[in-house]
Amino acid sequence: MTDITSLTLTQTLAALKDKKLSKEELNKAYLERIKKLNPSLNAFLFVNEDSGEIPVAIKDLISVKDMPMTCGSKILENYIPPYNATVIDRLASQGVSFCGKTNLDEFAMGSSGENSAYGPAKNPWNLVKVPGGSSSGSAVAVAADMAVFALGTDTGGSIRQPASLCGVVGLKPSYGRVSRYGAQAMASSLDQIGPITKSVADARLVLEWISGGGGHDSNCHAKPFVTLSETKGIYSSASPQNDRMLKEIKVGVPKEYFGKGLDSEVEKVIRDAIKKLGDLGAEIVEVALPHTEYAVAAYYIIMASEVSANLARYDGIRFGKNRDQFGDEAKRRIMLGTFSLSSGYYDAYFTKAARVRTLIKKDFDIAFEKCDVIVGPVSPTVAWNLGGKINDPLTMYLSDAYTIPGSLTGIPGLSVPCGFADGMPVGLQILGKHMDEETVLNVGEIYENVTDWKDKKPNMSS
Amino acid sequence: MNKVYETVIGIEVHVELNTKTKMFCRCSADYFGKKPNTHTCPVCLGIPGALPYINEEAIKKCMRIGLALNCSVNEQSYFERKNYFYPDLAKGYQISQLVKPLNINGQLEVEDESGVTSMIRINRVHQEEDTGKLTHVGSETLIDFNRSGVPLVEIVTEPDFHSSAQVKDYAKKLQQIFRYLGVSNADMERGDMRLEANVSVRPVGQKELPPYRVELKNINSFRFMQAAIEYEIKRQIWVLERGETLTQETRGWNETKKETYLQRSKEEAHDYRYFPEPDLPELKIDTLQLRELLRKQLPELPAQKVKRFFDEYGLNKAQIAMMADSKEMAEFFEEAVKVGSKYKVESIKVANFIINKKVNIEDINPEQLIKDIVNQNTGMISDEKELEKVVKEVIDENSKAVEDFKAGKEVALQVIIGSVMKKTKGKAEIKKVKEILEGVLKS
Repeated sequence: MTDITSLTLTQTLAALKDKKLSKEELNKAYLERIKKLNPSLNAFLFVNEDSGEIPVAIKDLISVKDMPMTCGSKILENYIPPYNATVIDRLASQGVSFCGKTNLDEFAMGSSGENSAYGPAKNPWNLVKVPGGSSSGSAVAVAADMAVFALGTDTGGSIRQPASLCGVVGLKPSYGRVSRYGAQAMASSLDQIGPITKSVADARLVLEWISGGGGHDSNCHAKPFVTLSETKGIYSSASPQNDRMLKEIKVGVPKEYFGKGLDSEVEKVIRDAIKKLGDLGAEIVEVALPHTEYAVAAYYIIMASEVSANLARYDGIRFGKNRDQFGDEAKRRIMLGTFSLSSGYYDAYFTKAARVRTLIKKDFDIAFEKCDVIVGPVSPTVAWNLGGKINDPLTMYLSDAYTIPGSLTGIPGLSVPCGFADGMPVGLQILGKHMDEETVLNVGEIYENVTDWKDKKPNMSS
Repeated sequence: MNKVYETVIGIEVHVELNTKTKMFCRCSADYFGKKPNTHTCPVCLGIPGALPYINEEAIKKCMRIGLALNCSVNEQSYFERKNYFYPDLAKGYQISQLVKPLNINGQLEVEDESGVTSMIRINRVHQEEDTGKLTHVGSETLIDFNRSGVPLVEIVTEPDFHSSAQVKDYAKKLQQIFRYLGVSNADMERGDMRLEANVSVRPVGQKELPPYRVELKNINSFRFMQAAIEYEIKRQIWVLERGETLTQETRGWNETKKETYLQRSKEEAHDYRYFPEPDLPELKIDTLQLRELLRKQLPELPAQKVKRFFDEYGLNKAQIAMMADSKEMAEFFEEAVKVGSKYKVESIKVANFIINKKVNIEDINPEQLIKDIVNQNTGMISDEKELEKVVKEVIDENSKAVEDFKAGKEVALQVIIGSVMKKTKGKAEIKKVKEILEGVLKS
C-alpha cells in the first residue's frame, strides 16, 4: 500500500481491519516521515520510536507516563510525568499509541508557535510562515502527515487557529466535555483538550474516544460524546441525504466577525464558504454578537489571572529550574495576572472582566435563539511570516479575536479547511451551542464532503 | 494603671478533620507518624496537570461543626485560591474560602475566670486544605507532603473576647465539640488543632477597634496561649503608657523566657490575591434538606449535656464538668447510673465515686463500678486485688504458720485467716480469703 501517511483515521482503521495494512507498516511509514520532515518542520519535541499501534501525536503539555514533557518551556526541560492524562488512558484503550510529543508555545501561550523555548514549528505550506499556535506542532504534524491525528489544547483558539493556518480540521469541544486531568493548566476555566485531524469524521471519532468525565476533572460531568445513531455514517460518504440534512439548519453570520482587521482575501474565502452552506440548503441568518470587541481584553485579564496561579508551582523548588527560565510571554502573563488580582485592582480588572464574560455569554444565548450554528473566520489573516508579530504582543493577541469569544462562552468550535488566500490555507469556524458538538460536526462534515479542500496537501517533496 | 485599658481578642482556630482521605484527592489523610512522602499523588504534590476533586465527607464534617456552633449554611458556597509562595505549598496556592464560606454567623457561650458567661460571635467556619510539613535539619530543609491536602477547617470569631480565661474556655469548648462530633482528634500537640489569637488593647470606653492587632501564632497548648495573651496584654499596655504606638505584627511565644517575640511585621504582610477556584464547581447546598439530615446526625453536644445532667441527675457544676468532659465518660456515667438504680445507688454517689476514686473508665465496666460502690457501703472489701495484697502481707508476716500449713497442719490455715480478718477489721469475706489463700499457697 502506498501513501499510507495520507490516510485519514477512519481510512486507516478500515485499511487495518481489511488487512490491507499492518500496524508495523503503519508505524514504519509514519516514523520515516517524521524522521525526514521533523528537522525542517520542528513539529516534534520528542519522538517515540516504539509506537506500535495507531501513531498519534500529543501536544507536549498533556501528560504521557514516562515520556518527557516540557510544555515548551525550559522550566520543565527534564520533567517526566509519573501518570497518564485521562485522555491518554482513553486513547490507549482504543488501540492508539503515542508517536511523539509536539511543539507548542511555552505553556500554551502564543498564537504563532514562536514562544516555544525549543524553536518554532514551521508551517508546512510555506516554511517561512508561522503554523499558528499554541498547538503549533500538533497542527503541523497532522498537516504534514507525520501522525494519523493529534491532540491539542484550546484556551483562546489554540486548536482552531493553528488548524486553520495549517489547513487541517481542529475541534475545541464544549468546556466540560473532555477531562482536563493531566494537561498542564493555562487558564483552568477555559482550557479544553481536543483533536486536530485530517477530516471532520476523524474529529467526530476522536471526540467519542476522549470525551466524558472520569471523576478527576470536577468540571467535566458530561457523558462521553456519542454521535446520534440516525446520523452516524450518513456523512462519511457524499450521500444524497446531505442536502436534506442542511435544509433543517439555520446558520448565523455575525457582522462583528467581518469588520476592521479582517483580511479581504480571507473574507472572500469565508463568504464563498457561507454561500456554499446556503447552496446546500441551510438558511443563512444575520446575528449580532455586540460585545465581541471587549472579548480580547476580558480574556487577557481572566486568562492571565488564572495563569499567574497555575504557574506558581514552578517556584524553583521542585522542578529543577529557576523562574528566570520562563520565557518573555510567560513572564508577561504572570505579571499581568498578578496585577489584575492584586488588592485595590481586583474589582477594576478581574471582576469587570468576569462581568464582560457574562455579557458575551448572553450575546451567544440570544444569537443561538435564531440559529443552530454560527460561522465566520477562525483567524483574521492567513499564516504570517515568522518573526512578523513577535515583537508586538498586542497585534498578536488580536489575531485570536474570533476564537476568544467562543472560549469565554465555553461552546464548541470547529475549524474546517475552506480554501486558500495568498496560497495559504483558510479555515471556516463553526461555533455551536454548549454540548452540541453533533450539529457543529454535521455542518462541518457536509461542507467538507462537497468540497475537496481536505484532499489538498502541502508539497513536502522538496 | 491596668484598669484604664480593655483587651480585645479575636480567635482563629484551625482543626484537621479525621476524614479517611484528603480534601481534594483520595490519598489517606492519616499521615501522623507515617514514612514521609508515602501518602501522596499527583494532586497533593502539585504535579503538572493534576486537578482537585472535592471530598464530600469533609464538607459534611465542616457543616456539622458549623451547625454545632449555631452557624447558618451558605446556600451557594465556593472555593477560592489563596496565592502565596512557601516551600510547603505544592501548588503555589492554597484552596480555601473567603467570600462565600460554608458556614457563617454562629455563636458559642464562654465563661471567664469568675464564671461569668458571655456570647462569642463566630464570623465563619470554612473549609480549606493543609500544607506539607517542613523539617529543618542543620542547613537543610526537608519537605514531607503527607500532610499536604489534609482537610482543614478554620473557625474565625469576631473580636469578642476580653480576657485570656475566656479564650482558654473557648478553645477547650471547641476541642470538646470536635471530639463529641467525632470530626477530629483535636490534639494540640500533634497539631490537629491550632490556635491563633489577635490581641489588642484600647482605653475603656472606646467603642471602635484599636488601629492595630498583634497576631499570636504557632502556640501549641492552651496553657501557653493563655500565658502569651497575658504577657501580650501587659506588653501592649506598657508600650502605650510610654506614649508609643503599636503596629500590626505577628508574634510567637518563647516558653523558656516566658515572653512573646516578633516573627513578622506589617511590611511583610501578604496580598493573597484570592480569586474563585476555576477547577471546582460552586457548592450548591440544599440547605433545608442537608441541615435536617445533618442535624439528625448531630450527637448531644456538650452544652446540652451539661444542662441535662443538671436537670436529670442534680449534679453540681464541678461534677458535671467531670462527667460530661468526654462523650465516653458521659456514656459510662449514664450507664452506671442506670445499673445503680437497681441497687438504690444515687447518681450523685456514682459521680462522686468516679471523681474521688479517680476511676479510669477503660479499666472497669459500669456493673463492677456499682458493685464496688455497694460493697463500700456495706464496708466489705470486694476488690480482689486489694484482698490479695493483704493476704500476701499476712503470709510474709506469718512464715511459721505457712510452714506448718505446708507441712500438713490444716489448723495453721485458720491462724492465717484470722490474721487477715484482724488486719481488714473483719471487712473481708472469709470464703474469698480462703480461696485466695489456697491459690497463693499452692502456687
